[in-house]
This record gives sequence, structure tokens and C-alpha cells, in this order.
Amino acid sequence: MADTAHHYDETMPLEYRTEESRLNILGFWIFLGAEVALFATLFATYLVLFQRTGHGPTTADLFEIKDVMIETLLLLTSSFTCGLAVFEMRRRRLTGLLVWLLVTLLLGAGFITFEVREFIHYVHEGATIQTSAFLSSFFVLVGTHGAHVSLGIGWMTLIIIQLLQRGFTPRTARKVFIVSLYWHFLDVVWIFIFTLVYLTGMVM
Amino acid sequence: MGANHHHETFPWKHIVGFILSLVLTFAALWIAFSSGLATKAILVGIVVLAVLQAVLQLFMFMHVTESDSGKIQTINMAYSFFIAIVVVAGSIWTMAFVL
Repeated sequence: MADTAHHYDETMPLEYRTEESRLNILGFWIFLGAEVALFATLFATYLVLFQRTGHGPTTADLFEIKDVMIETLLLLTSSFTCGLAVFEMRRRRLTGLLVWLLVTLLLGAGFITFEVREFIHYVHEGATIQTSAFLSSFFVLVGTHGAHVSLGIGWMTLIIIQLLQRGFTPRTARKVFIVSLYWHFLDVVWIFIFTLVYLTGMVM
Repeated sequence: MGANHHHETFPWKHIVGFILSLVLTFAALWIAFSSGLATKAILVGIVVLAVLQAVLQLFMFMHVTESDSGKIQTINMAYSFFIAIVVVAGSIWTMAFVL
């Protein structure tokens, strides 16, 4: 611990160089573990209730594969471009980092736009959060994910501003890395929403 | 760690990860709508593909194993997935007797 070489290690990527940064990143992983548990409870609720449609529409009535695929591909691609942003950061290319973060933001915004349109469409068809147990658990699960993505867009915007002001420092690098972990995690959650909500709902 | 972040000039790992993710996504789509399998087999198939894709993201994009605490991070995520499986599968199993 008292070893200063260990405290500030030049051979590591910028985001890992200080003890504080390393602990921040580890702490964020532990937070993601808790997020997995949170989404697990929402998935469990949804999967228990999704066939309880009452007098409202069923999954097969509601879901459209084309819209779901557009959302899936937008988010999947944004996870890829976010990975490229970190790749550029590790090559110390600020412009590349900023460009890929911006592309990630735009794809994320596109995802949210389609999701909001999807929700509005459902509500116009009379499928609201109060219609049935299926729709309550559906809107809570998918809405919680959408809220996370929206938060991520705001967070990433602030980090872009900080990068423009301060450039590469161990601190900004750590922040970029942590927001990238968050963004990839949201794609992981979406993979399961795509599979367990949409595909399952259209198959059963 | 430390060895894998220098000197790379082209993001091969990310591109391979992205292509594999696309393949897994469209494979799930195909299994669901075109494979003609029984419903149960479809469900098992697409869940397996989803888990594969999640693991892919963790390793190819999130570098879960890197840094000094890579081991802790990996155990933490494995444990959280264990909790998730217990909660989800346990709820479905329990409620199957009620509904």
C-alpha cells in the first residue's frame, strides 16, 4: 500500500493510475452487480405476470418485431461505438474519443425516441400501465431500462463537456471508463428484454 | 494486465465482438420465427443465445477481467447472475403452482 510505484503506475491505462480511480471502478462493478439484482426482480415480476392480460391486449397483439429490431440494433451499435470510444481513449486520441462518444449519444437518443414512440403507440391502442398485470409489469421493466438509458445520455453529455474543458486527466479518463461500463451494461439488460419480453412474447 | 492495451492500432476485439453480437441477435430472431421448433425448444435456444451475448459484452467490451481487481469483478458479476437466476427461475417455478 505504501509502495508509491503501485500507487501511480505508469504502465496502466490512464483510468487505472490512481488508487482512487481503481477503487471507483471496482465500486462501480459492485454497483452493476446490484443493478443485475434490481432488474432480476423486475424480470421475475414480468415473467410471472405476462400472461395475465385481463381484458387488455396480449403480447402477441401488441409487439411488432420491426420496431423491436430497430431499437435492438440501435442500442447494440451504440454499445459497440462506446467500446470504440474507450479504445480511442487508450490510444490517447481525444478527437476520436469525443466523436465516438457523440455517436453513442446519438444512437442512444435514437433508441429512446423509438421506445417513447412505441409506448405512445401502445397507450393509443388502449394498452396503459393500468390495463392489466402484464402491462403494469411490462411498463415498469422496460420503462426502468429506458430511464437508465435516459440518465446515461445526460451523464455522458456532462462527461463530454468535462473532456472539452479539461482534456485527458486520470480523473476524466476514469469517468469515461465508468460511463462506458454503465452503457455496455444497459445493452446487456436490453439483450434480456429483447429475448425474454419481445421474442418470448411473440412466440408464446 | 497491462499487456493488452498498448500498441493496438485497430479495434479488432471490438469489431469481432460487434459482429458476434449481431450474429447472435439474428440467430435468436431466426430460432424464434423461422426454425419451426417447438415453443419450449425455442425458449431454451434464445435464452442460451442471450446469455452468450451477455458474456460476450462483459469480456469483449467491458473488460471485466482487467485490472488488479479483475478477479473480484468477475466473481461479483458471476454472483449477481447467480442471484438473478435464483430470483427469476425461483419466482417462475414457485408461481407455476399458484397460477
